[in-house]
Amino acid sequence: MRLEPRSHVPLWLNLAAPLSAVALAFVLCALLIVWAGAPVFAAYGALLNGAFGSVFAISETLTRAAPLIFTGLAAAVAFRAKLWNIGGEGQLYAGALAATYFGTGLIELPPFLMIPFLFLVGAIAGGLLLLLPVILKLKLRVDEVVTTLLLNFVVLLFANYLLFGPWKDPLAMGWPQAAPIIDEGVLSPLIARTRLHSGLIWAVFFAVCAWAFIRYSKWGFEIRAVGNNPTAADFAGIPLGATVLRTAMMSGGLAGMAGVCELAGLKGYLTLDLSPGFGYTGIAVAMLAGLHPLGVIASAIFIAAIYNGADAMSRAMSISNYLADVMTATALLLVLASVLFVRFRPRLR
Amino acid sequence: MDLLDIFVSLGFWAALVRMATPLVFGTLGELICERAGVLNLGIEGIMTMGAMVAWMWVYQGGDLWTAVLVAAIFGALFGLLHSGFSVYLGVSQHVTGIGITLLASALSYFAFRMLLPDVTTPPKIDPFKPYPIPGLSELPFLGEVLFTQSPLTYLAFLLVPVVGYGLYRTPLGLALRMVGENPMAVEAQGIDVHRLRTAAVMLGSAFMAVGGAFLTISVFDAFYIGMINGRGWICIALVIFASWRPGKALLGALLFAAFEALQIRVQQSASAFIPYQFFLMMPYVLSILAMIVMSRRAAYPKALLVPFRKGER
Amino acid sequence: MPEAQQPAAVDAGVQPVLRLSGITKRFGALTANDVISLQLQPGEILALLGENGAGKTTLMSILFGHYVADEGGIEAFGAPLPAGSPKAAISAGIGMVHQHFTLGENLSVLDNIVLGTEALWSLGQNSGAAKRKIETLAERFGLDIEAQRLVRDLSVGERQRVEILKALYRGARILILDEPTAVLTPQEVESFFATLKAMVADGLSIIFISHKLNEVMAIADRVAVLRQGSLVADFPIAEASRESLAEAMVGRAVALPERNALAPGATVLAMRNLSLRNGDGQTLLKNVTLTLRAREVLGIAGVSGNGQGALADLLSGLVTPDEGDLEVLGEAVTRVSPAAMLARGIGRVPEDRHATGVIGDFAVEENLVLEVYGDSRFSRLGFLKGTAIRRNAETLIEDFDIRGADPQTTTRSLSGGNMQKVILARVLTEKPKVILANQPTRGLDVGAAATMQRLLFEACAGGAGVILISEDLEELLQMSDRVAVLYQGQLSQAMPVEDADLRTLGLMMAGHSPAEAIDAP
Repeated sequence: MRLEPRSHVPLWLNLAAPLSAVALAFVLCALLIVWAGAPVFAAYGALLNGAFGSVFAISETLTRAAPLIFTGLAAAVAFRAKLWNIGGEGQLYAGALAATYFGTGLIELPPFLMIPFLFLVGAIAGGLLLLLPVILKLKLRVDEVVTTLLLNFVVLLFANYLLFGPWKDPLAMGWPQAAPIIDEGVLSPLIARTRLHSGLIWAVFFAVCAWAFIRYSKWGFEIRAVGNNPTAADFAGIPLGATVLRTAMMSGGLAGMAGVCELAGLKGYLTLDLSPGFGYTGIAVAMLAGLHPLGVIASAIFIAAIYNGADAMSRAMSISNYLADVMTATALLLVLASVLFVRFRPRLR
Repeated sequence: MDLLDIFVSLGFWAALVRMATPLVFGTLGELICERAGVLNLGIEGIMTMGAMVAWMWVYQGGDLWTAVLVAAIFGALFGLLHSGFSVYLGVSQHVTGIGITLLASALSYFAFRMLLPDVTTPPKIDPFKPYPIPGLSELPFLGEVLFTQSPLTYLAFLLVPVVGYGLYRTPLGLALRMVGENPMAVEAQGIDVHRLRTAAVMLGSAFMAVGGAFLTISVFDAFYIGMINGRGWICIALVIFASWRPGKALLGALLFAAFEALQIRVQQSASAFIPYQFFLMMPYVLSILAMIVMSRRAAYPKALLVPFRKGER
Repeated sequence: MPEAQQPAAVDAGVQPVLRLSGITKRFGALTANDVISLQLQPGEILALLGENGAGKTTLMSILFGHYVADEGGIEAFGAPLPAGSPKAAISAGIGMVHQHFTLGENLSVLDNIVLGTEALWSLGQNSGAAKRKIETLAERFGLDIEAQRLVRDLSVGERQRVEILKALYRGARILILDEPTAVLTPQEVESFFATLKAMVADGLSIIFISHKLNEVMAIADRVAVLRQGSLVADFPIAEASRESLAEAMVGRAVALPERNALAPGATVLAMRNLSLRNGDGQTLLKNVTLTLRAREVLGIAGVSGNGQGALADLLSGLVTPDEGDLEVLGEAVTRVSPAAMLARGIGRVPEDRHATGVIGDFAVEENLVLEVYGDSRFSRLGFLKGTAIRRNAETLIEDFDIRGADPQTTTRSLSGGNMQKVILARVLTEKPKVILANQPTRGLDVGAAATMQRLLFEACAGGAGVILISEDLEELLQMSDRVAVLYQGQLSQAMPVEDADLRTLGLMMAGHSPAEAIDAP
C-alpha cells in the first residue's frame, strides 16, 4: 500500500475519520465489558445515561468539560507549532497556585475585574512554567517532552509542600487545603442546584479566540508555518524563536487557566486532587479534535461524557471506571491512525 | 546522621544497587528503541503494565520467574502496538508514545480493579528474596552490596554487557545501529527496516516491563495505582545522559540511584530545615539537570523520530 | 572468483549476464517504464541515458528490488530474479551505488561495508577477516580508503568509494551506478573511470546511469536511451554521436532561452573578504570577495560541498559572517537575518524546494505570501487579509502558469516544476534587486528547466542581478555573464564566460588557480 498526498481534503472526511475512529474505540472497549461479565448494551446505556440522561447529568458533563477545553486548547496550540508540551498538568497547578496566591485576599477587586485578573495571573504562571523547557529547547536543544513531563512532578510536589506547610488553611481541620478564594473571584453558577459554573463560558470564549487567532492572525500564520516546516519558515523570515516563545506562553497560559477555572468555579480552594489528570487528558482531547480549537469544544464534551458516564456505569454495574481512561487512550490512538488517511490517500500498488 | 555515616553504611550502598535496578532495565530498553530510531514514550505505561501483570501472575499462584517472562511478553506486545503506529503507519512518535502510556496504564489499573474488585488494602505476595551468590557474598563489604541482591538485579547488571556486546559486536546490533542512523542503508542490504525497528521496540519494551515487574515482585510486594511515578520519564533522560551507550547508561542509573538513596537518608535527619517534598523533587530536577549538562554533546541517532516509508527517497 | 575475461566481446554467442524483458511500471496515471527490454553482456559498460524523469532510476529500482514491476521479468546469469527483493538481487551478484549515498554517518567504513553480509543472527563478527578483504579489494581496483574511519569524516569522493566497495564486498558481478559523477570534479572523474576500466577488465559488467553525453561517449561500450518511460535507442557506442544521443534523449529540439547581452548597470551587491566558520570552528568560506551588477548573471561553479551552501545561507540571511563586509545597493548590512535580506531586496530561490522553499501542508496562496504576509498589503492590525491573499494567488497562478493549482490546493501535491514556479512567483513578484538562485533547475525536466531559466532572464532584463549557483557546468556556461569557482570555501576571481570552458572550470574546481588552469597543457 502506498500513501499519496491529497490535494484537497473534503470536509466530510475531516469529520468522518475521527468519528469512525471513536466508533471503533467503542467496539474494542466492548470486549473489556464482556470480560467484566456485563451486558455490553446495558453498560453503554448506563454510560450514556450517566453522561446525558438528565439535566443534572448534562450539567456534570459540561462541568467536567470546561477544564478539558482549556487543557485541550493548550495541547492543540502547542502541537500546531510542533511544540510537544506534555506539561499541561503542571501548568494547570501552576495556574491554580498563582490564583490562590493572589485570590485569597492579597488583592481585592470587584467581580467583573477579579475574575479576569485571576485568569490572567493563572495564565501567566502556566506560561512562565512552560517557558523554562522551551528556552532550554531553543538554546540547548534539550528535548521538551521529557522536561515538561518531569516538571509536572516537581510542580505537584511543590503544591504538596505549600498545602502541607505555609499555605495550609488553619480552618480546614487538618486537611491539606489552602484558604478559599474570596467571593469576588468565584465563578458564578450557571444552573441552580448543579455544579455547572461560568468557567464553561470562559472556556468556549477562549476556544473561539484561539480558533480565530490560529486561522486569521499573523502570529497564528507563523505558528502554523513553524509547526509544518520550521526550515522553510525560518528561510522565509518568520522568527522561529519568538514564535515558539509566543506559542509557549499561549499554551502554558491556557493550561494555567484550566487550573483557575477548576479552582474558582468548583471547589473555591486549592487541594491536591484539583485535577484528576486533566493536563494529560487534554492531549487526547486535542488529538481527537484534530488540533482544531473549535473541535476541542466538542471533543472535550465527548471525553467528559465518557468519564462521567463511566462513573455512573461503575456505580450501576461492576465495571471499573478506569474503562474511561482505556476508551480515551484507544480513541486517541485510533484517531492518530485515521488522521493519516485524511492527509493521504491510500493506494494499492 | 551525617554524610560520612551514610557513605560508610552498607545499607546505603546495597539500597543504591537495588534502586538502580529498574532504572537499568528501563534505560537499556529505551536505549535499544532509540538506537533503532524510535523514541518510546510508552515507557511509563509499559513499566506500569509490567508491574501489574507480574504481580498479578504471582498473586494468582504463578511462579516468580514465569511472572518475569509474562511481564516481558506483555511489554513486547505493547512495543508491537507502538511500532504498529510509529513504524508501520509512520505517525508521530511523540503522540503514539503518550497514547501507549495512557492505554497501558489505564488497562493495568482497569485489569487490577476487575481482577480484585472488593479489595481495599492492596494484597501482598511473596516477592523475590535476596540471593547471596555462594562465595562472592562472603566478601567483606562488596559481598553484601553487590552479591546479596535480588536475582533480577543480577539479571539487570548482566544485561548491560550483553546489550553492549549485542549492539557493537554482532551483525544484528550493527543493523540496529544503522537503522537508527540511516534506514535506507539497511533497506539497501535487503533487511526489512520496519521489521527490524519493530523487533527493537518489542525487545526494548520487554526490558521496560521487566523493570516495572522488579518493583512489584522484588522491592515491594504489592501493586498500587501510580507506583511507577515518573521512573519511565527519568529513564528517557538517562538515555540522553548516557549518550546512547549501555555502559554509560549503567553509570547514569547508579549515579541516579545514589542520589535517591542519599535523599531518603538525608531527608530523615534534615527534615527540620528542608521540607521532605524538596527531597522528593530531586530525581526529577536532577534528570532535567542531566539533560542540560549533556545537551551540548548529545549526538542523537540521525534517524530518531523520522518515520521510514518504503519507496520514498 | 571467475578468471578475468576479455571485455566487451558483444557477439550473439555470449550469454548476457542480465536480461530485462518487457518491464512496465505505472505510478497512478504515470507510466514510468513502458515495456522495456534490455540486455547486459559480460564485461560490458552499458550507459543508460535519459533526462530527469525518463524512468532510469525507476528501472534500476525495479532491477534491484526496491519496486515491483507491474509487468515483465528479469533474468540474472540465466536464472530468473525474484521481484521486489533487494536480498535476491544482492545474492544474484547485483550491486547498486545510489545517487544519494546510503551510509550511516556515525559508523565506521568497516561497519558500513559489512552491514548485512553476515548471518543476522550470528553471535559474533570476524572484523579482522572483513578488514583484510576490504583492503585487498581496495588495492585491486584503486579505491583507497581506511576501514576504521568514521563516514562523517570522509569527503564525497571517498564516500562513493565506500559505496562501491560495499557492492564489491558482496561479490557483485553486475554493478549499477546511478549518476556517479554528479558529485565528482572532472579530475576525480578521470580516476573513477580508471576504476571502472579495472573492474570490467576483471570481468564485471556495469550499468552506468547518466545524463551527461560526454561521459557516456568516453566510457561506455553500448548505450541505451530512455525517454518518457520508453526505450528509444539501444546501440553500440561506436555507432553513436553526441548529436544522435541528444536527439534520442530529448526527442525534440528544445528551445533554449535566448538572451541578448545586456549592458550591466550599477553594483547591487558587494562582498569583501567575507569569512564564515561553523559551530566547530571549521572554515566554510574564506575571504570571499565578489561584486554583482544589475542586469548580469554571475555563475558560481564548484563541486558540491565546497562552500556553495554557506554562500547561499549567507545571502539568504541564515548565517552571519564572522569577518568581512557585505553591501547591498551600496548600503552595508550589519544585522543579518532572512527578514533583513528580504527587506533589502534580495530574492532567494533555495536549493531544496521541499525542505526549504515551501511549506508542504500550506495552501498555494499561503506559500505565495510566505515572505510578505506581514506587509500592509496582506495584513492589518495583526490579522491577515484573506481576500487580498486570495487575489494575489489568483494573479500569480495565472501569470506564472502554475499548473494543477488553485489558491486552495495543498502545495505538497504539486509537481516539482510547479512547486518551483510557486517559489519563483513569490520571489519575482517582489521585484528583487538581487536574486540568489541555488540549483534552480535541479531535478526538473527540460521544459520546466527552460521555463526557470527564461523567468530568471526576464528578471535580469528588468534590472536585477542574479547569482546562480549550479553544479551543472553546461547550464552555468549557457546562462552566466561571468563565472567564478568555489573551492574549499575560497572564491576565484570571476571571469567573463567567453574565457571559461569546461576544462578550465574543471581544473579550478579541483583547486588549481585560474592561471594554472589556463596554462595547464
